[in-house]
Amino acid sequence: MASFLRELARNRYSYLLVLPAAAYVFLFSYATYPFLMIAFQRFNYQKGPFRSEWIGLENFRFFFQSREAVRVIANTLQLNVLFMIAVTVFAVALALLFNEIRSRLFMRFAQTTMIFPNFLSWIIVSYMMYSLFTMDYGIINQALQWFGAEPVNWYSTAKAWPAILVGMKVWKEAGMSSIIYLAAITAIDGSLYESADIDGATRWQKMRRITLPLLAPTIAILTLLNLGKIFYGDFGMIYAIIGDNGVLYPTTDVIDTYVYRALRQIGDPSNAAAVGLFQSVVGLLLVFAANWVTRRTFKEGALY
Amino acid sequence: MTARRRFTIGTLLIYLALALFSLICLLPMVLTLTVSLSSEDSIIEHGYRLIPDQWSLDGYRTIFVNSALIFRGYLISIVVTVAGSALALLVTALAAYPLANPNVKYRNVLSLYFFITMLFNGGLVPWYLMCVKLGLTNNLLSLIVPMLMFNAFNMFLVRNFMEGIPGELRESAYIDGANDLRIAFRIYMPLCVPVLATVTLFYALAYWNDWFNAIMLVDNKKLYPLQYILFQLRSNIQMLEMLPNGAKTEYTLPAESTKMATVIITIGPIVFLYPYLQRYFTKGLVIGAVKG
Repeated sequence: MASFLRELARNRYSYLLVLPAAAYVFLFSYATYPFLMIAFQRFNYQKGPFRSEWIGLENFRFFFQSREAVRVIANTLQLNVLFMIAVTVFAVALALLFNEIRSRLFMRFAQTTMIFPNFLSWIIVSYMMYSLFTMDYGIINQALQWFGAEPVNWYSTAKAWPAILVGMKVWKEAGMSSIIYLAAITAIDGSLYESADIDGATRWQKMRRITLPLLAPTIAILTLLNLGKIFYGDFGMIYAIIGDNGVLYPTTDVIDTYVYRALRQIGDPSNAAAVGLFQSVVGLLLVFAANWVTRRTFKEGALY
Repeated sequence: MTARRRFTIGTLLIYLALALFSLICLLPMVLTLTVSLSSEDSIIEHGYRLIPDQWSLDGYRTIFVNSALIFRGYLISIVVTVAGSALALLVTALAAYPLANPNVKYRNVLSLYFFITMLFNGGLVPWYLMCVKLGLTNNLLSLIVPMLMFNAFNMFLVRNFMEGIPGELRESAYIDGANDLRIAFRIYMPLCVPVLATVTLFYALAYWNDWFNAIMLVDNKKLYPLQYILFQLRSNIQMLEMLPNGAKTEYTLPAESTKMATVIITIGPIVFLYPYLQRYFTKGLVIGAVKG
């Protein structure tokens, strides 16, 4: 105890500097954990988390017995897996292509345009999508009509949306993540390519036999780290694009939008907290699992 | 790579593929820009067009002359972004310094304390109830303080950068009688300008693009930031899209060009800062990906 105090006194300014951040994290993370109790209560705003009625696992039962449970869990996993695969494939492909480019000017131009969407909010993107997909004025329906096909009311066609969302995710993020892969490719030892050149390897062979195998650990590590987040839906994306359009829920409603609705629209914080707690726990287990696999496979790549 | 480089079909295809993806990235933005500059009549007649029949600035005129809501939203967004990123930068940079200092005995405990919050959070509801309890609803602070004012990932980014600065600098300053406050502000911060710039841009972009705090914590229309106004506008429009035809005419909605003009002015600052965003973001991203 004495040594603890001595340390605090000796480095008092250092501990003072870290205090605001520590307090912030305490308030908005650690101190919020007790509120998780309400997942086991019939929470009443007036009574607060200490005097509300305890009802055991009732909130969890309510969620898992509802038809929505399977839907939101399946949608969350399905969309995240599709996002992950599509963005990775496009990002790696872009990085491989960029690596073959010699014109700096072209490269700058291409990267500048591809990275830009990454900085836009999903709200902005949803407007751009609207100008593509809207029934009356949208570009896609104009094109369909030009080819003689019937226009489609996209905003009430649920089955089209996983593909549309994946497309938008690639549009927004593939350019930016290609930068990481390009950096990894640039780090590959140039002498490998030189000796391949001497052996008369073609560009395609070099790509397949040198670049891709050496890029594989980076791809695997980033994928594993993303796997830990697979149980969290992208609320910012889904809610900005889909909003409260219930017609599209069957394919687009995710855990996070469900929790939001339960909390802010239906006004059932206990149900929302139960689903949120379930999500956090599974999410944490997934992070541990992904990190365990990463550490066993690649010594350097683990998160911790 | 000394091999002779002929301009082959393969090379051409690579350029074409990249150009195509660039074009796809660019097109929706160009479309938004030209729609915002179209006259309302030509949109109603022909739908959205890349090159409208009739150009017009009416969309922008409506925003700046008639729409107090959007104008105010712009102001709110600017205030929130500037104040928020300044505070966030301060909190983050100050916390990073002790964690990079080997003389601080409990720095690893503190790092763990921050790291745990990156792995586990209680979710939306506890966070929301805490904000309500702290009175962070329906005021300007509720757009600034919750969620965005500190990010452990950014702090570790700064800490890692500081760990790269030779410790002799600090030791010799100690010998000269400087304390940690002085060393942090006079020696470390100036040396960390590159990483601090990166982190500031991370924060500023997050604040500018944020509407989550607004949707969760703010009901007062006068406090809506720009992004949330856009969200509200669009969900109203989407409701109408689902109504049977004919019902549409009974409502007066903002003109198509006005909506897109609002989008354009929202992107404005991002375009303006884009050269910096591109440079520092890609740098931060690569560092972060290599060592999280």
